[in-house]
Amino acid sequence: MSGTVKPGYARPLDLKHGRVEMSHGGGGRAMAQLIAELFTRHLGNEYLAQGNDGAVLPPAGGRLVVGTDCHVVSPLFFPGGDIGSLAVHGTVNDVAVMGAAPLYLTAGFILEEGFPLADLARIVGSMAEAANRAGVRLVAGDTKVVEQGKGDGLFITTTGVGALPAGLTLSGDLARPGDAVLISGTIGDHGMAIMSRRENLAFDAPILSDSAALNGLTAAMLATGAELRLMRDPTRGGLAATLNEIAHQSGVGIHLDEAAIPVKPEVEAACELLGLDPLNIANEGKLVAVCAESDAERLVAAMRAHPLGRAAARIGRVVEDGRHFVQMQTRFGGRRMVDWLAGEQLPRIC
Amino acid sequence: MRYVDEFRDGEVAQGIARAIAAEARPERRYNFMEFCGGHTHAISRYGVPDLLPENVRMIHGPGCPVCVLPIGRIDLAIRLALTHGVVLCTYADTLRVPASGGLSLMRARSRGGDIRMVYAVTDALKIARENPHKQVVFFAIGFETTTPPTAVAIRQACAEGLGNFSVLCCHVLTPPAIMSILESPEVRTLGSVPLDGFIGPAHVSTIIGSRPYAFFAEEYRKPVVIAGFEPLDVMQAILMLTRQVNAGRAEVENEFTRAVTPDGNAKAQALVAGVFELRRSFEWRGLGEVPYSALKIRAAYAEFDAEKRFELDYTPVSDNKACECGAILRGVKRPTDCKLFGTVCTPETPMGSCMVSSEGACAAHYTYGRHKESEAAR
Ligand code: SF4
Repeated sequence: MSGTVKPGYARPLDLKHGRVEMSHGGGGRAMAQLIAELFTRHLGNEYLAQGNDGAVLPPAGGRLVVGTDCHVVSPLFFPGGDIGSLAVHGTVNDVAVMGAAPLYLTAGFILEEGFPLADLARIVGSMAEAANRAGVRLVAGDTKVVEQGKGDGLFITTTGVGALPAGLTLSGDLARPGDAVLISGTIGDHGMAIMSRRENLAFDAPILSDSAALNGLTAAMLATGAELRLMRDPTRGGLAATLNEIAHQSGVGIHLDEAAIPVKPEVEAACELLGLDPLNIANEGKLVAVCAESDAERLVAAMRAHPLGRAAARIGRVVEDGRHFVQMQTRFGGRRMVDWLAGEQLPRIC
Repeated sequence: MRYVDEFRDGEVAQGIARAIAAEARPERRYNFMEFCGGHTHAISRYGVPDLLPENVRMIHGPGCPVCVLPIGRIDLAIRLALTHGVVLCTYADTLRVPASGGLSLMRARSRGGDIRMVYAVTDALKIARENPHKQVVFFAIGFETTTPPTAVAIRQACAEGLGNFSVLCCHVLTPPAIMSILESPEVRTLGSVPLDGFIGPAHVSTIIGSRPYAFFAEEYRKPVVIAGFEPLDVMQAILMLTRQVNAGRAEVENEFTRAVTPDGNAKAQALVAGVFELRRSFEWRGLGEVPYSALKIRAAYAEFDAEKRFELDYTPVSDNKACECGAILRGVKRPTDCKLFGTVCTPETPMGSCMVSSEGACAAHYTYGRHKESEAAR
């Protein structure tokens, strides 16, 4: 029946039952096909279409911010997102909290031999959607395949580039005694979404990851003209780690008010069950901001007006403290330290 | 209102705090030991000491399962993983406890040991089912609360004929440990540990009931108040202890009536008695050899006893000389009395077991309470 096959025909990728093979990373035709039928189909744009070893980008007119992030989350699909959307959000947020407008992303994929192409297509599709929503373009990428057993399905590394407005400098060392500390919403959602999935915890309401691109929110915050010192996204290590970093970098102390820190009841319940503290749990769609006390109210109002900042709150203040301690007034009425978490409580969370 | 919040209400806490302040007589001191690591953690995490008058002091007790594991026991687990090549299943907290030769289970893992973190013994059973060609050992630690699930797992393995599963049993008992503290020279004769009463364990007491503590109240004249793990429970228990001391009473009182009965959980007790029996003696970190203070697997289930299956001999190993865990677990010293605290020894680089588990006195103080030291020093 070979007569009915059109000349030049190549069998398309089997996106239903196919699996990643070593040849998909080998630099030959199979790899070209994978890129064309899977990656370019979802992510294609004029920069990728240049088809060269590197993308040529137009001048951005000013300072650039570059951030990079590796993603090894397990499970790859979790309530509220997957590794694809996470890989976009994580890097977009790193660039956005520096005050920059994220423009471009590059992505590196490490695939394990045997990984279902259907899952890969779903993940790349979700990356494309996340990038579209965030208004960033994926301009370069690379794919490698490792033998079965040498990877865990799929790892993604993304690098983001953004343009920093003239005159703006946000930095972890700019917090000053008297400044206000703000959070854009409830804490611990992402980490507990992953944990509840891993531990098969059945809750009435499933915990959804907060994975989201924050560049819209940061733009709204910058537009207020408030005196912002810095923004950070409290990912691994949670709010506790981020605040300790800020305290050390700025050489200050921070006093928190536990009652003001928003936590979803289901996240609190899950933490309780597993003996975890929401302060240590990762977020993927939240930011911490430090600003001049006089601008705090205005900034919180602007955050609350944005869909990703509805539960924004002022949670504490920066104080003078040579020991750089983060302390918290507990809801109970006592005071305690808020420390970095020792060891690995929740591995492979992002 | 959310369930957990009811027990953490700041206003109620202030009310109890005022009652304690009114009850505590200024001319005397009140020293209470919370036996349980769960209480130690709650006290530190919620800042309970800030709500107590200066003359009411809490002493941390030995009820942290990870802390009381002696080095020799961790060594056995490491030997199982590295020499016998078993899949060793353990709770996260035990992974970082320092063992002999600069090792820990974590380090043994990076040297090729197949050591897996589990949340429950049922996870270990699952691993055994999925890996029929490997020996799978569950490193069982903990007080009376964690013992029934281990008993269930052993019976389950027996029923399924799961021949590749066994348990390294290090389950210990609460009453003999309290007894050992009350019998220690520091409490009995030297008086260097003034002890006016105990907060009794929450979860342990749901299993064993409140009756076992009557002996301590009567024989040693020490009041015991059994309390839940919520900070308000702890505050209420401190108030009840203070009242007993003032009235010259030494009774067992139960603050945790929402879960604890005098006789405890008879079903769980029967289950445990069917699978385990008392060890003649067991080494505890800090307390040394304590007679009849731990459990071993009964002969009927010997094939699931890792100590028998792999013919393990126990070798005691002494602690790092500078580490004061032993004295801290007996209430003789405080974490800050240790020269290594916060310098050489931190939660990232623990030198002793008390710095490992969040229920350990050193870790709790380092993580939640160390702002107080430098404030006092300033
Ligand atoms: S600080 Fe470290 S070395 Fe000192 S007693 Fe505590 S655990 Fe042991």
